[in-house]
Amino acid sequence: MAAVATSEASFVSTGPTGLWSWITTVDHKRIGLLYGMSAFFFFAVGGLEAMLVRFQLASADGTVLSADAYNQLFTMHGLTMVFLVVMPLAAAFTNYFLPIMLGARDVAFPRLNAFSYWVFFFGGIFLYSSFVLGGGADGGWFGYAPLSIEIVEVVRMDFWALGLQFLGVASIAASANFIATIFTMRAPGMTLMRMPVFVWMSLITAFLLIFSLPIIGVGLFQVFFDRNFGTLFYEAAAGGDPLLWQHLFWLFGHPEVYVLILPAMGIVSEILPTFSRKPLFGYAFVVFAGAAIAFQGFGVWSHHMFTSGMGPLAEAGFAVSTMLIAVPTGIKIFNWIGTTWGGVLRLKTPMLFALGFIAMFIIGGLSGVTHAIVPADTQQHDSYYVVAHFHYVLFGGAIFGFVAGVYYWFPKWTGRMLSELLGKWHFWSMLIGFNLAFGPMHILGLNGMPRRTYRYPEGLGWEFWNGMATLGTVLIAISFLVFTWNLIRSLRHGEPSGPDPWDGRTLEWSIPSPPPVHNFDEVPIVQHLDDFWHRKYAEDEEGRPVRLQPVAGGASTVITGPPDDSEVDEHRESIHMPSPSYYPVAASFGLVVASYGLVYQPVGFIAVAIGGVIAMWAFFGWATEPSQREPYYV
Amino acid sequence: MAEAVVHDVLGDGHGEHGADHHDMTYTRKAAMWVFLGSECMFFGALISTFLLYRSETRDGPTATEIFDIPFTSASSFILLMSSLTMVLAHHAFHRHDMRRARIWILATATLGGLFLAGQIFEFTEFVHEGLKLSTSPFGSSFYVLTGFHGAHVAIGVIMLLGMFVLSLSGKLNHHEGLNVELVGLYWHFVDIVWIVIFTVVYLLQV
Repeated sequence: MAAVATSEASFVSTGPTGLWSWITTVDHKRIGLLYGMSAFFFFAVGGLEAMLVRFQLASADGTVLSADAYNQLFTMHGLTMVFLVVMPLAAAFTNYFLPIMLGARDVAFPRLNAFSYWVFFFGGIFLYSSFVLGGGADGGWFGYAPLSIEIVEVVRMDFWALGLQFLGVASIAASANFIATIFTMRAPGMTLMRMPVFVWMSLITAFLLIFSLPIIGVGLFQVFFDRNFGTLFYEAAAGGDPLLWQHLFWLFGHPEVYVLILPAMGIVSEILPTFSRKPLFGYAFVVFAGAAIAFQGFGVWSHHMFTSGMGPLAEAGFAVSTMLIAVPTGIKIFNWIGTTWGGVLRLKTPMLFALGFIAMFIIGGLSGVTHAIVPADTQQHDSYYVVAHFHYVLFGGAIFGFVAGVYYWFPKWTGRMLSELLGKWHFWSMLIGFNLAFGPMHILGLNGMPRRTYRYPEGLGWEFWNGMATLGTVLIAISFLVFTWNLIRSLRHGEPSGPDPWDGRTLEWSIPSPPPVHNFDEVPIVQHLDDFWHRKYAEDEEGRPVRLQPVAGGASTVITGPPDDSEVDEHRESIHMPSPSYYPVAASFGLVVASYGLVYQPVGFIAVAIGGVIAMWAFFGWATEPSQREPYYV
Repeated sequence: MAEAVVHDVLGDGHGEHGADHHDMTYTRKAAMWVFLGSECMFFGALISTFLLYRSETRDGPTATEIFDIPFTSASSFILLMSSLTMVLAHHAFHRHDMRRARIWILATATLGGLFLAGQIFEFTEFVHEGLKLSTSPFGSSFYVLTGFHGAHVAIGVIMLLGMFVLSLSGKLNHHEGLNVELVGLYWHFVDIVWIVIFTVVYLLQV
């Protein structure tokens, strides 16, 4: 009995090990880590691409890159950072923490979750494989028609069209999964308005993806068919309308902007209360402002097209809607500042990055509002001012937020703390490097420097600020080397963190670090917003938190511990965890084989058939295999 | 309470708790509804494209010249009838009348197959009359829209046949894999989209 219990316990805490167990895993935590590690890898690749671009532009008449190489690198940099870094990073955090924050043991559909990851993974490989099969995509991440359909002999934009389609499928599957999880699998007492803000933002993001991705899906099919099957969607000479592509792309593309930023906003909304030792100021306002951003986000897309000649009525309408969307965003910023106001601030690394997020996001938000003014936008259009703007919201916003999340939750993933000293070096070098890299681009843009051109002549007065920007990029690279070193070092040698190192507020801090496979020994019953905090603290008359009981062993005494021998069996619930499955990875493999075939048709139709059969076999195997392994006890 | 939740969460349909069955079905249906919401935007974008290009016919045939409304009405009727048989399959399945459920599933798949056969016939006719994918933006958007709808019907037929095979070995149940309720939702959605396509693409253009 004892022997069985021990072997079971070790299995429960760590799960099986080995490569195959990771490939067939359906555990939301492992899938989250896989997303995170893949995104980190792609971040390094996308960062190197950005460095090459910056070295080329460091001085006038740069000679580092040819025009062709430059086009590939800036396109792949954008695609990588949007689809292979920020979106999967959000998926990493959501996968790992959404079920735990809801008090659930996994997502609604664990195998579908694994499928999403593998489709994303193969999609990334697919997109990058074009570098060895004729060059990387070179038409910009937005792939404006007719540019994207013109050169059909080279397969670059075929890989772009199908690769994005692939990543879209992954996101739609993941979003449906998250929405079903949030709506139907919350722990008892976890009402919608008791959900952590991060979960709310994940929910809103999932809806944005569900409704926006199919639109670009259609556009990408049209481009692919134009290139390969002779359709005339974007062939202007034959009556096709390239402007349709811009509408379809930005009808996806602008909601996508909020897809990129809302999860980071959710993370920051978790970190600020924890390190201010105050509840989030105006919880409901933050939640509903997020929902308002999502709704309004579908009504502003044409501000990307003010120079396309839509006419004064459309321009005025989209100018107003664009200004209006700043309102819910502003509400959030006021609420974050209100959260820190009068709080007992602890300036640990996660908090520094969260505060950095607010400051940088305000700058990016303000330059964004200037795009709403049509005459000004006409001047800024396609200039480095735009590049400065969206890097302030995507790097200064999303990446700062995600890095804050890594420092905040690393102890939960590994049971060890990241080094505070290295963390502070990382923060300051990244903050300074970031502003040095992207701040000058405002000036360059207003001085007329166009984006997406691979070199500029001498004598336009752009050399100095371009040099500074490149210097900033180097500093950013150094800051991420510090970060990587911190991650590697702390994985082995970091201080043990215990379950609740930050005196946290949400349910993930109530379970051990790293969490056991089944997350909760006993499903929690939720009574409050910030439930875990209320289990630890009461309030005195003046509203100051008072510890309920001295806790010796961290949080574990608050939660029901492992039952002792006297209450074996009767009171323990059996735990049903999903069983590992190789069908999700097989199905995604079949799909990627079919996609390669589509690029190289007509011969490739053989591969399409083979891939289709593999996928079909996997889907039916998936539908008929039992979804869970034998129940066990803790 | 907690135990019931665990069962719900992991979809344990084999437990003793009668209520759990319903709840996991609910989770799966929620996901299907979300997916169908996504599909609305997919077909919305395709239909918008068609509306933009409906009169961009270049030298090729126009809608009035080419559409055969009586024929397409007949195939539309067949597809709509398949929704009826789908409902009957669902109903029989709920009464645990597997024999009838199997018959109605097969009937639904057959009607879907007939619709597809009609579409292939129609496409062949149109190509003979000079409308190809590459004839005009009208042709491109017509074939891509109706083709994607046909692909959805085909996937539905494959799922129906899959359910039929599973039901023969007694593997069809409410809680795992394919089930009548989810496939039914999908099938009805595909039919509803066809009503919109038939109205907007065929009836309003002639």
